[in-house]
Amino acid sequence: MEGLERIVSEHRLFQGLGPEFVNLAAGCAKNVRFNADQYLFHAEEPADWIYLIRHGQVALEVATPGRGAAQFETLGEGDIVGLTWLLPPYRWGYDARATELVRAIALDAKCLRDKCEVDHDLGYALLKRFLPVLVQRLQAMRLQLLDVYGSAG
Amino acid sequence: MDRLGERAPVMAPDAMLPLIARVARRVRELPDTWTLDLVAADGGPLMRYAPGQFTMMYAFGVGEIPVSVSGDAADQTRLVQTVRAVGKVSEAVTRLAAGDTLGLRGPYGTAWPVAEGYGRDVVVVAGGLGLAPLRPALYQLQAERKRFGKLVLLYGTRRPEDILFRRQLANWRRQLDMEIEVTVDHAGAAWRGHVGVVTRLIPRLGIDVDNAMALVCGPEVMMRFAASALNDIGVPEEAIHLSLERNMKCAVGLCGHCQFAGSFVCKDGAVMRYDKVRRLLGLKEI
Ligand SMILES: Cc1cc2nc3c(=O)[nH]c(=O)nc-3n(C[C@H](O)[C@H](O)[C@H](O)COP(=O)(O)OP(=O)(O)OC[C@H]3O[C@@H](n4cnc5c(N)ncnc54)[C@H](O)[C@@H]3O)c2cc1C
Ligand code: FES
Repeated sequence: MEGLERIVSEHRLFQGLGPEFVNLAAGCAKNVRFNADQYLFHAEEPADWIYLIRHGQVALEVATPGRGAAQFETLGEGDIVGLTWLLPPYRWGYDARATELVRAIALDAKCLRDKCEVDHDLGYALLKRFLPVLVQRLQAMRLQLLDVYGSAG
Repeated sequence: MDRLGERAPVMAPDAMLPLIARVARRVRELPDTWTLDLVAADGGPLMRYAPGQFTMMYAFGVGEIPVSVSGDAADQTRLVQTVRAVGKVSEAVTRLAAGDTLGLRGPYGTAWPVAEGYGRDVVVVAGGLGLAPLRPALYQLQAERKRFGKLVLLYGTRRPEDILFRRQLANWRRQLDMEIEVTVDHAGAAWRGHVGVVTRLIPRLGIDVDNAMALVCGPEVMMRFAASALNDIGVPEEAIHLSLERNMKCAVGLCGHCQFAGSFVCKDGAVMRYDKVRRLLGLKEI
């Protein structure tokens, strides 16, 4: 297996997918790196790329007027940055910044969407892998919203 | 009655009789949280305690509250307790200055079963002020470091400025063979650590789940999610221990104030095994 395909197949998002799916997905992938404080993307920009982090940490941020950026989540090795690529209007809702040197696999979201449209088996397989990530993030966000450390504990 | 935790090895001779303690030192940890070093007012021995136990602190004329021990149980010359001012009694306790006296009953409750971790990986998960009741266990884990496999501390709190025992965590991180991961719920751009709930760090733990033990303390919702996440990655329910908090009055199993299903948290807890309490944790009525 070629280098990029191997890396894609080993990521937990693609683990267990047949070689034909991995080949299709790897066809939309490239290796990228970001230096500390470089942005992967900004809010409101088109959701053109999804990033699978191989090394380093990425902070998800929302700009707050007069108070700079507020970090609401950090992601690390093995995590996926960018979950809105599947849903119209395909636009980011927050900024993503590398807090240190980050190496990642970037997947061309449009390329992947097009392949999912043509090959529904691939689309379904990917959806099944993205949904648990979404649910996990949602549950974590719920706990964060409860502000459990506010007055107790 | 089915006991939910391990009975503590030490108890004061007369559990209802308060001792008079004197504040030897008072340290501000956070704007609303203070650590008090207490000694017996008469210069004699104060009490012997085990990590995880609590005392009833009595601010004269105001009232009595349960507070866990936060110091090193190997140093029995003083009793160290960390208190957050949330109401009448805790405010009075945190206002005590060096030289002031207070009443003290205990120690009460079950202990962290640190020795059960011998030969195993140990994960300590703390949320907010929950790091204070876990600190005695962390001291013991360090003192007996060679007896354990991998040691990991996951600590979650609200914001970077709310991190408890900050300097000590930094020292531990430098000096000890223990992985320490701190995560906050919200942070400004300058923060270089993790952001997100502490449970998100659990799937990334590189531990031998079949041979691991976990100690968890924090707000109950956080403990419920943390214990469930630990169990999801394969840590057996029986190997997860939580410290529960319930309103208390007598602290010796007489009044029923701290009743938790068929048990009393003051006597059968506060440290309890997850398999015994799992089904009760989410119930509003308990
Ligand atoms: C086993 C055990 C160990 C504890 N260990 C510690 C400790 O190490 N350090 C520490 O600071 N506190 C600890 N607590 C909590 C402490 O006992 C309470 O904060 C205290 O009883 C509150 O009393 P108060 O008179 O100051 O406030 P109250 O006037 O009774 O209450 C004021 C406000 O605080 C809230 N409150 C009451 N009890 C708690 C609680 N348990 N947790 C959070 N908020 C509460 C109330 O809902 C109310 O909003 C422990 C409790 C238990 C049962
Ligand atoms: S506090 Fe009285 S029974 Fe527990």
